[in-house]
Amino acid sequence: MSDTTQTGPVLAADGTPLKRSLARALRMQKIRALMLIAPLLLFVLLTFILPIADMLFRSVENSIVPDNLPRTVVALQDWDANSGEIPDEAVFTALAADLKIAAEAKIHTRIGSRLNYEKPGISSLFRKAGRRVKKWDIEADGPFTEQFIKIGKGWGDPEVWRTIKTYSGTYTNGYFLNAADMQKGPDGAEWRPENEQIYFTLFKRTMFMSLVITVSCIVLAYPVAWILANLPARTANLLMILVLLPFWTSLLVRTSAWKVMLQQQGVINEVLVWLGLVADDSRLQLINNQTGTIIAMTHILLPFMILPMYSVMQTINPTYLRAAKSLGATNWTAFWWVYIPQSVPGIGAGSILVFILSIGYYITPELVGGTKGVFISNRIAFHISTSLNWGLAAALGTILLAVVLLLYWAYDKIVGIDNVKLG
Amino acid sequence: MALTPVENQTPAFTGAVAAASGAFFGLFVGTAQGSGFLGILIGAVLLGALGFVLAGMTDKEKPLRWAIFAGFTAAGLLMGGLAAGVVGALFGWFAGWFVFWLATSRYRAHLAPYLTPGQVLWHYTFRVICGSIFVFLITPILVVMPLSFNAQDFFTFTPEMLRFDPAGYSLKHYQDFFTSESWQDALWNSVRIAPMATVLSVGFGTLAAIGLSQPHVPFRRAIMAILISPMIVPLIISAAGMYFFYSRIGLQGTYMGVVLAHAALGIPFVIITVTATLVGFDRSLTRAAANMGAGPVTTFFRVQMPLILPGVISGGLFAFITSFDEVVVVLFVGSAGQKTLPWQMFTGLREQISPTILAVATILVVISIGLLATVEMLRRHSERMRGMSPT
Amino acid sequence: MKLKTLTALAATTALVAPMAMAADMADEMTIVSWGGAYSASQKNAYHDPYSANTGVKIINDESSAEAVAKLRAMNEAGNVTWDVVDVVAADAMRLCDEGLAMEIDPDTQLAAAPDGTSAADDFGDLLVSECFIPQIVYSTTFGYRTDMVGDTPPESVCAIFDLDAYPGKRSLQKRPIDNVEWALYCDGVAKEDIYDTLSTPEGVDQALAKLDTIKDNVVWWTAGAETPQLLADGEVVMGSTYNGRLFSAIAEQNQPIGMLWDMQSFDLDGWIIPAGLSEERKARALDYIMFATDTQRLADQAKYISYGPARKSSAPLVGKHAELGIDMAPHMPTDPANAGNVHIYDYEWWADNRDDLDAKFQAWLAK
Repeated sequence: MSDTTQTGPVLAADGTPLKRSLARALRMQKIRALMLIAPLLLFVLLTFILPIADMLFRSVENSIVPDNLPRTVVALQDWDANSGEIPDEAVFTALAADLKIAAEAKIHTRIGSRLNYEKPGISSLFRKAGRRVKKWDIEADGPFTEQFIKIGKGWGDPEVWRTIKTYSGTYTNGYFLNAADMQKGPDGAEWRPENEQIYFTLFKRTMFMSLVITVSCIVLAYPVAWILANLPARTANLLMILVLLPFWTSLLVRTSAWKVMLQQQGVINEVLVWLGLVADDSRLQLINNQTGTIIAMTHILLPFMILPMYSVMQTINPTYLRAAKSLGATNWTAFWWVYIPQSVPGIGAGSILVFILSIGYYITPELVGGTKGVFISNRIAFHISTSLNWGLAAALGTILLAVVLLLYWAYDKIVGIDNVKLG
Repeated sequence: MALTPVENQTPAFTGAVAAASGAFFGLFVGTAQGSGFLGILIGAVLLGALGFVLAGMTDKEKPLRWAIFAGFTAAGLLMGGLAAGVVGALFGWFAGWFVFWLATSRYRAHLAPYLTPGQVLWHYTFRVICGSIFVFLITPILVVMPLSFNAQDFFTFTPEMLRFDPAGYSLKHYQDFFTSESWQDALWNSVRIAPMATVLSVGFGTLAAIGLSQPHVPFRRAIMAILISPMIVPLIISAAGMYFFYSRIGLQGTYMGVVLAHAALGIPFVIITVTATLVGFDRSLTRAAANMGAGPVTTFFRVQMPLILPGVISGGLFAFITSFDEVVVVLFVGSAGQKTLPWQMFTGLREQISPTILAVATILVVISIGLLATVEMLRRHSERMRGMSPT
Repeated sequence: MKLKTLTALAATTALVAPMAMAADMADEMTIVSWGGAYSASQKNAYHDPYSANTGVKIINDESSAEAVAKLRAMNEAGNVTWDVVDVVAADAMRLCDEGLAMEIDPDTQLAAAPDGTSAADDFGDLLVSECFIPQIVYSTTFGYRTDMVGDTPPESVCAIFDLDAYPGKRSLQKRPIDNVEWALYCDGVAKEDIYDTLSTPEGVDQALAKLDTIKDNVVWWTAGAETPQLLADGEVVMGSTYNGRLFSAIAEQNQPIGMLWDMQSFDLDGWIIPAGLSEERKARALDYIMFATDTQRLADQAKYISYGPARKSSAPLVGKHAELGIDMAPHMPTDPANAGNVHIYDYEWWADNRDDLDAKFQAWLAK
């Protein structure tokens, strides 16, 4: 601004120091940017982030027991769960009082269902007891110990009482233990019996199959992306339609189409048999197993791999490859040392996108996966709509989400989230 | 103007390559008929002879190709009826094209002159590999289309269909779609929900994308992560979370609830495509507009908007498709009044299998092609406007 | 609790405030059912005549598969949007237990039979829960490909375990219920001892061991439409599904399928009215139920689908199929010829052990 050396601070046109003026301008700019973002941020927070947070909260929440059995919970505090004996009459009286109120509010069976997840049989104990307790007079009809045991033998089982005591807190880690194939035993956390362990297997399988799907997507997408990036624009755009068309066809329809193709009397097997490549009595088992899930999901997720790869490959200058060859590199050397390194961001972007999307899938594995091709999401869906064990579903979901977020973080580190292009 | 000098191949070369391909196809036809070896032999001899003879007659290409086509079609018809006739016709067309393609060296015309034969072979092998991947991508759609004309109520290619017997085909599933009340309701609901969700995500999304592309944005990464998260969180978790939460605040089972949920799912697509367009946006244009006295609002609508419009529209189309094809979230968040097409399809698959689903899919594929063409046209338009030559 | 209230409050004010929530329900009701041919039969037999009589508009929601979960969430939110819900008996008991369904007094709230028999006697044992109004009797039974079993069509349920006589795949439902009972029955356990055996860990192992013998040859289904499709494709030689689905594949679609009536799992499907409806909606729901479960209406439904009416008095009124004109009575699971050896599953036992056995079953499947 000025051509003479000044000793004081540089001043802007309006006389304020330039530094402060610039800072203010920057602040204004930041505020303006945030103002533009704010509506959407608020929208996503309210319609999406809050629901997710709320759902994950259910994985530790256990207020149903302390809220509805307050007297029993207090009375049980003095009872030693490992004594091998049932609690004293005071606890039974407290339970009778709690249950009477709960049964009138028709909530006793809900407590029963909650505890039944931890110990089978408790559900019917509560149901039967609730029916009788309603008729009792808590002041006059005691003592209750014998009466309870008469309603259900289970009330005389210390294990039942231990379960109630263990799950009497407002918060519990029980769902998370269950999600990790563990349970709360007399001496703290322990493994579930082997014939009930399933979640670890499912998580492992989900990871493994997602990996296989990602790798097969890379293998299939690389040549396609390459040819799309190297063909003249008009042809490339035409072929692009072939990539986008399945992408825009209903997922359910594509999955049904794969069912028609893959089953033993399906299109692929019929053709193979007709060509004589496979004997009629040894048709390939392509569906209701991992193969089916992998084929169908590779197909469904392939566009998510092709598109980012394509957008990266478009920016690679073909002269590098030619330069390498004219310097004496063989085709393979030039490709491996010059082209591949430049296309790595595309591979990375596509891979993480495909991997993240595939570990959350559930409709396709449900329809073509049989028993060995289903994912952890199928189990989450089962617990949400069939078994109603929402706490366990939330715990499984939290673990899955943690894995996804970890990958998402890695994705952001490696490629940056704003580098995804969708055609 | 071809760089590579092209001259006709010797009959021996054409014959040999044609024989090799003949052997390859002969193997399949042969095994299908009982003897693979005989198939190889017949195939190799047949195509080899064709190649050898035709290599010298390249000047009469057109009539000869028709003759080969007719010959194979007739042979197919005689051997196995209409279906085999179609296979024969396809093969005849291919054989004619292939032989002359070899004989006239047309295959070298577009390639660099210094390529070795090995590299030429690899070039075409690679194309064949890519071709099969494209076939893999498109087959499910090819399977769906004929099945939607099935006269039966199952997803099965009936023997009548394979014989091309008209009795095996019918339009009844299309009729079902257009006359059934529940399908029409579902279509209507989809049409009501998807655009509204799209408008919401595009409106909020474009604004935020412009904000995000400003040079100084605090917590940019964190904000971006939050905005992209609906695409990243597994759908079943989103669905369950929204279901619990929306029930509590009375949005579950309402039109607004489904629209909001779908808008949230569509936002990442809008953000991604619009920020991508803004990356190439020349900021001096807005400054120039401001210089000439335009206010920020005028600048936005008259200068910035027309330039980023293609990005906005393509993001909007992705958001639209997200809502239009979404089944998991609507199954939880919606109720009868919001039953969309995918939901109806899902019930259809679960309760009563009917190819009406496939008829709907065929109709939607046709619409998709229309939408894709629109996107492509817009892209070209945008590139012209920004003065970029198509790459 | 506090966090939830706060977040809910914040979101409510932000999102709901601008919307008017006063939907006028006076002339509309939402009925939840299963969809497909079943919903169509209800529309023909119940909804259309009821709408014609009263002018009430009926919205059909096809969410019965998620009914229990959705009702529980609606109840938590205090905003029940359904008026009448079609559920299977086991779900009705669960809903009743949780206080999510209204208790019904059959004598005052349901129509008596034309001959004056009270509704309680007319439904008899089928009133398995205080909240449940039975509608149909159905069976999970087996269909087989007539062209794939040779000259000896299966006559016993144990044919599913007989890989020598009937090679090929079979389809079973992907859940332990019914499957473990059939396994024990075919492993020589007497019918009346099945649940005692299943109550011991050894019994469960025995059932799973029996299922193990055919595990590699089973296609597991989750949706009722799958077995008919698999049979039509020739993918499986036999499979379990609901008898109405098989009837439709055989009689309406002319598929080469036969039906096996042995040890079929006898089950009920019916209505519940959600708890917590406003007086006005409750009155309408009860009015609908009174109409839709009377003797004539239940018999009418059998014209469209081969499920047996739940009232004894409806049985003689069952006529011919609405389009095909064939007699429906012989296709009903309640027909004496079909009900020779039925399996009645123990609702109470399963309510207690469902989660536990399901975990074991799933772990077994994953192995």
